[in-house]
Amino acid sequence: MRELVVLSGKGGTGKTSLTSAFASLSKNSVLCDADVDASDLHLLMAPDIKQRTDFKGGGIAVINPDQCTGCGLCMEVCRFDAVKEGFKVDEIECEGCGVCVDLCPERAIDFPIKTCGEWYISETRFGPMVHARLGIAEENSGKLVVLVRQEAKKLAESKNIDLILTDGPPGIGCPVIASLGGATALIIVTEPTVSGLHDMERVTQLATNFKVPCMVCVNKADLNPEQAEAIEKLARKKNLSVLGRIPFDPVFTESMIQGKNIIEYKNDSKISLIVREIWNQIITSPAMNKKE
Amino acid sequence: MIISIASGKGGTGKTTVATNLALSLESGVQLLDCDVEEPNCHLFLNPLIEETVTVFTPVPEIDEDKCTFCRKCVDICRFKVIAIVGETVLTFPELCHSCGGCMLVCPEDAITETGRELGVIEKGSLNNIDFVHGRLRIGEAMSPPLIKKVRSFARSDKINIIDAPPGTSCPVIAAMKNTDFVLLVTEPTPFGLHDLKLAVEAVKILGIPHGLVINCSDIGDSRVQEYAGQENLPILMEIPFDRRIAEAYSRGRPIVEEMPEWKEKFLKLYSQVEKLVEQRK
Repeated sequence: MRELVVLSGKGGTGKTSLTSAFASLSKNSVLCDADVDASDLHLLMAPDIKQRTDFKGGGIAVINPDQCTGCGLCMEVCRFDAVKEGFKVDEIECEGCGVCVDLCPERAIDFPIKTCGEWYISETRFGPMVHARLGIAEENSGKLVVLVRQEAKKLAESKNIDLILTDGPPGIGCPVIASLGGATALIIVTEPTVSGLHDMERVTQLATNFKVPCMVCVNKADLNPEQAEAIEKLARKKNLSVLGRIPFDPVFTESMIQGKNIIEYKNDSKISLIVREIWNQIITSPAMNKKE
Repeated sequence: MIISIASGKGGTGKTTVATNLALSLESGVQLLDCDVEEPNCHLFLNPLIEETVTVFTPVPEIDEDKCTFCRKCVDICRFKVIAIVGETVLTFPELCHSCGGCMLVCPEDAITETGRELGVIEKGSLNNIDFVHGRLRIGEAMSPPLIKKVRSFARSDKINIIDAPPGTSCPVIAAMKNTDFVLLVTEPTPFGLHDLKLAVEAVKILGIPHGLVINCSDIGDSRVQEYAGQENLPILMEIPFDRRIAEAYSRGRPIVEEMPEWKEKFLKLYSQVEKLVEQRK
């Protein structure tokens, strides 16, 4: 079982557009959307949801006014300032630590487990897909990412599919850490800008700490060829494979509007040819062909 | 005045709007970059960093000589930070949310707190613009405490511009909460629209007045504009796709420096925000 995770550091560099194109090219893979916070892959995949499951996060404190004597201990012990005037808990501030629940002398605080999202198993025209939707303003995104990746793995095993394609979230924090642990390899999609370079450097450093091999691809490369060069130079210096450059082309947006990936939309275009070339490099790379 | 700049989808132009707005206002303004996972404002502003502070979050340290292995700390901790195996105590400080529960329940006073590094705060300035950002330590999972720390530098006598991280979960909420206005930066594409709708939901939960900036406004389709119409979301600025802007961005050059005529547009954006905030009051 191999899992390829697409990351970027910076948002908006083209992770989802490329993941969906790879789905077309891989022929037989399980798709996994690990960007549970602002997931977009489903917009191109039109998944037909077969199974829908609630995602239970942690507990949240709820003070029962009938039992509360107003002693104020909960306010005192809460480090997150979540207990507000009138002994009401601010759900957004509550960290779910349960300290007030355990220490309330009247046992007046309940700790119901909160449903903070949903996850799905779907069918798409490229094969099965596991995806999720974290509720707005919710926590536990890392936990949900771990869950969708585990489910994608189970699904791949049951269907005897050898490859999982995972669309990752931006950044380097909790959901990204949850996305890359145990992955076979990462594709870092970056752009030739000062921020693209800066953010890619941070995410590759994270990947190095987790000992996951990275391959780097520069999207919109012709916007600044010198910067693209600088990115590739940095990648080589860090011993990361360089997959190549994709030029800026409005055809990506056009295909997105049609709900298609670039390979489906314009299979014979120059861009599709380049993406195909990049995919071939990925799939024949040493990182993806290590003996397990 | 505190204006936060958010988007849902990443890469729509939050940093562009934040830095150009700050540069256009010139003085009495403070830029707080709360995208601590991938802070970028400094790349466009090039502020002189005058102070660097490392930020820690408290995590437990257990004195095994005092510990009687009563497991009270294990029981209260919802994050599985402490494990007791026989007469050995194991702690996993990277999982700790710093609630302090273990310390409160330990009957032997065996637990003290030490720090786990969250990252650094860097403070500086460029001409009359004050600048603060956070840089999350690579490998650190929890960004909200560092974001809150950056937020704490907001000053009531200044215009504070907050560059928020992408998404709609806890890091963005930490950046946007208790701000006077949220500028939502989007692009007119299906991804842009989908994530904008989520961001609007988040802003509504917080009850903050908000408006749109549409970036690359002439690519894509008209569905973002239509949605804005239906939802009564004011479109406060449109930035067309312009290769000159994109190339300047790639080199770290703000729009208002490359094309000074944009300064007026950003000042107009600010005065519209000011008006909407006044109306709300």
